[in-house]
Amino acid sequence: MTGKMKKLKNMKKTTKSNMITYGIVIVAFLVMQILISTGNISSLLQGLMVPLCIYIILAVSLNLVVGILGELSLGHAGFMCVGAFSSAFFSKCMKDVITVAPLRFFLALLIGIAVAAVFGIIIGIPVLRLKGDYLAIVTLAFGEIIKNLVNVMFIGVDSNGFHFSTKDVMSLNMEPDGTVIMNGPQGITGTPRDATFLIGVVLILITLFIVMNLINSRDGRAIMAIRDNRIAAESIGINVTKYKLMAFTVSAALAGGAGVLYAHNLSTLTANTNNFGYNMSISILVFVVLGGIGSIRGSIIAAVILTLLPEMLRGLNDYRMLIYAIVLIIMMLFNWAPKAIEWREKYLSFGKRKKEAVK
Amino acid sequence: MKMMKKAASVALASALVVSLAACGSNGGDGNSNSGSTGSDTFMIGGIGPTTGDNAIYGTAVKNGIQLAVDEINEAGGINGYQISYKFEDDQSDSEKSVNAYNTLKDWGMQMLVGTVTSTPCVAVVEETHVDNMFQFTPSATSVESVQYDNAFRMCFSDPSQGTVSADYIADNGLATKIGVIYDSSSTYSTGIYQNFAAEADVKGLEIVSAEAFTSDSNSDFNVQLQKAKDAGAELVFLPIYYQEASLILAQADRMGYAPKWFGVDGMDGILNLDGFDASLAEGVMFLTPFTPTADDEATQTFVANYEAEFGDTPIQFAADAYDCLYVIKAAAEKAGITPDMSVSDICDAMKTAMTEITVDGLTGKQITWGEDGEPSKEPTVVVIHDGAYTVM
Repeated sequence: MTGKMKKLKNMKKTTKSNMITYGIVIVAFLVMQILISTGNISSLLQGLMVPLCIYIILAVSLNLVVGILGELSLGHAGFMCVGAFSSAFFSKCMKDVITVAPLRFFLALLIGIAVAAVFGIIIGIPVLRLKGDYLAIVTLAFGEIIKNLVNVMFIGVDSNGFHFSTKDVMSLNMEPDGTVIMNGPQGITGTPRDATFLIGVVLILITLFIVMNLINSRDGRAIMAIRDNRIAAESIGINVTKYKLMAFTVSAALAGGAGVLYAHNLSTLTANTNNFGYNMSISILVFVVLGGIGSIRGSIIAAVILTLLPEMLRGLNDYRMLIYAIVLIIMMLFNWAPKAIEWREKYLSFGKRKKEAVK
Repeated sequence: MKMMKKAASVALASALVVSLAACGSNGGDGNSNSGSTGSDTFMIGGIGPTTGDNAIYGTAVKNGIQLAVDEINEAGGINGYQISYKFEDDQSDSEKSVNAYNTLKDWGMQMLVGTVTSTPCVAVVEETHVDNMFQFTPSATSVESVQYDNAFRMCFSDPSQGTVSADYIADNGLATKIGVIYDSSSTYSTGIYQNFAAEADVKGLEIVSAEAFTSDSNSDFNVQLQKAKDAGAELVFLPIYYQEASLILAQADRMGYAPKWFGVDGMDGILNLDGFDASLAEGVMFLTPFTPTADDEATQTFVANYEAEFGDTPIQFAADAYDCLYVIKAAAEKAGITPDMSVSDICDAMKTAMTEITVDGLTGKQITWGEDGEPSKEPTVVVIHDGAYTVM
C-alpha cells in the first residue's frame, strides 16, 4: 500500500494528470455500461452514447490544432466528412463480402483514417504557410468544398465494375443489375451499423493516448514552442513546417476516425451544413473553447455537456435552442470574464486555491 | 498543489458520472411510469422539423396531427381509448431524428407518425424496424423511407411522382422537348428527377436540358432558364418546392421565356406566397394530392378548422398528417388493438390491418396500401387558372 502510494507520488505530474483523464473515461464507461445492462437508462441516453464518443474524439483532435499548435482551423468537419464517406463506401461495398462486423469496421476505420490523413497532408502543405485569419478562412473553404464535392459524386457498381459521374445517376450508364452506392445529395444509405459504445470508448482512449503522448514528447514540445514563439523556435533549428504539418495531419486523421464512427452509427449518410458543414466545425470549436483551449480533459467534459444539453432541454420545446444559446453565453462569461474570475476567486474555494497554485 | 488539481479532477469526474447517472435513472422512471399509465390511452408520437430550414413542413404536420387527434378524442377515441400525442423536433437531421425517436420511446410511444423529411426517415425506420414499432410517415418520399414491413407512407413516393409526371406529359401530348430545373442538394428533388428522366426515356420524351441548383444558390436561375430556352424546351419540369419555383417563374417572365410549366406536389402553396404575382403562375400544371380550395365537404371543414385553430391555410403536409391519424384509426379499429398491448403486438396487428383497409381521405379517395407500405391513390393534376387551382 505504502509502496503504491510512493509510486504514485513519484510519478511525473503530467503522467498522473494523463492517468486521471484515462480514469475519467474508463469510469464513465463502466458506470454507463452497468446502467445499460441493468436497464436503468433511458433509450435517449443509450442512443446518445456513440454520438458522445464521436464528439469527444472531434473535440480532443481539434484541441491539438487550436490549443497545442495554436492555429485556428474551421474545417474540422471536412476531415470528418472525408473519413465518413470513404469508410461508408468501403463498408457498403464489402457488406456481403466480409460478414464479420468487427473486422469490417476495423478495415473501414483504417481506410477512413488514412484518407483523412492524406487530405490533412494535401491541405496542410499549402495552408500551413498561412497564419491566423488566413488559415481559418482557407480551412473554412476546404470544409465547404468537401461538402459540395460529396454532393455531386455519383458512384455505382455493376457486373462491369465501378461507374463514376458528377452529373446524375442516369449518366452512370449502368447495367440493370447495378446498384448505386453513392447517390449525390442523397448520400450513402444502408451502411451497416457496426459502431458500438465499446468501440467508441476504445477509440476515445486511443485518441487520448496519441494526443497526450504527442504533447508530452519531444515533438510535442517543438509544436508548443512554435505556438509560443515561431521566430524563436525557428532560430533554434526547429523545422516549423514539419511540426505544424505533423500536428495538423494527426488531428485530421483522428477527425477521420470520428467520421467513421459517425457513418457506422446511422444508416443514412448525407453531407449537409448541419453535420459536415461549417455549423459542425464551429460546434466542435465551441467544445474546445468552452472546455479551455489546450485542456484535453476540458474538451471531453465540454463535448459531453454541450451534446447532452439540447437533448435534455427537449421538454422546453421551441425555446430550447434559445436556452442553449443563453447557456453558452453564460458559461463563456463564467469561464472567461475578468469579473467572473474575480468573483470565483472570492467566493469559491476551488477557484481561489487554483489561483494560489498558479502563483 | 498537486493535491488540489487531483481533488478538482476527481470532483469533476464524479460530478460528470453523477449527472449521467441521474439522467439515466430519470429516464428509467419515465419508462416505468408510461408503462403503467399508458394502458388507458394510445401513445402516438410524431417527429419532424419544427425549427430550421424545413420548419414550415414540420409545423404543418404537427398541427395536422393535433387537429385530427383532438377530433378523434372528442368523438370517443380509437376503440374507445383516448390518444395521447407528443411531437418532437428533429431539425431535419438524421442524428437528431434518432434522438427524437429515443426521447419519444422513453415517453412511452406505441405508434410513430413520422418522420416528415426523407433522409431522417431512413435513419429512423432502421430503429423502428429493430424495435418492431408501427411507423407511418405522412410525407417522407424516398424509397428507402419505408423499406421495412413495419413502415407505411401517406404521400406519393419519389418514383411514383416522377413516373406519373412523365406519363401524364407524354400521354396528353403536352410536349416532346423537356427542360428540367432541379435542386441537386435535395433528396426529394433529385429523387423525382431521376425517376422522371428514366420514364421520359421509355415514353420517348426528349430531355433537352437538365440543370441543377443547390440550396446555397437558389436565388438566381437565369443561367438555367437561358439553357432551357436555348435548347428549345417546350415544357419545363420543376420537381422543386414553390419558393424556388416562384423565382423561376418571375425570372422567366422577365427574360420573355414562356414555356409550359409542370410541377409536383412541392408546388402546392405557390399562390399563398407573400408578394408573388399570381398572374405569373397562370397555366402552371402540377401534381398534387390535396388543394385547400377543393370544394368537397371534407376539405372545406378541414381547411376551416385548421384556419380557426392555427390561423394559417393548411398545406399538403398538414393534410397528409391529418389523413395519417384517420388511417391509423381505421386500421386500429380493424385490428382491434388496445393500449395495453405491447408495441410489437400492436405493430404486427397494424401491419396486417393496413393492407386490408380502404380509406377516403383528404389526399385521395379509396386509398389502399400494399405490403410494401406504398399507398395506391390517384394523383390529381391541377392547373392554375385566374389565380386559383383548378382540377384538370
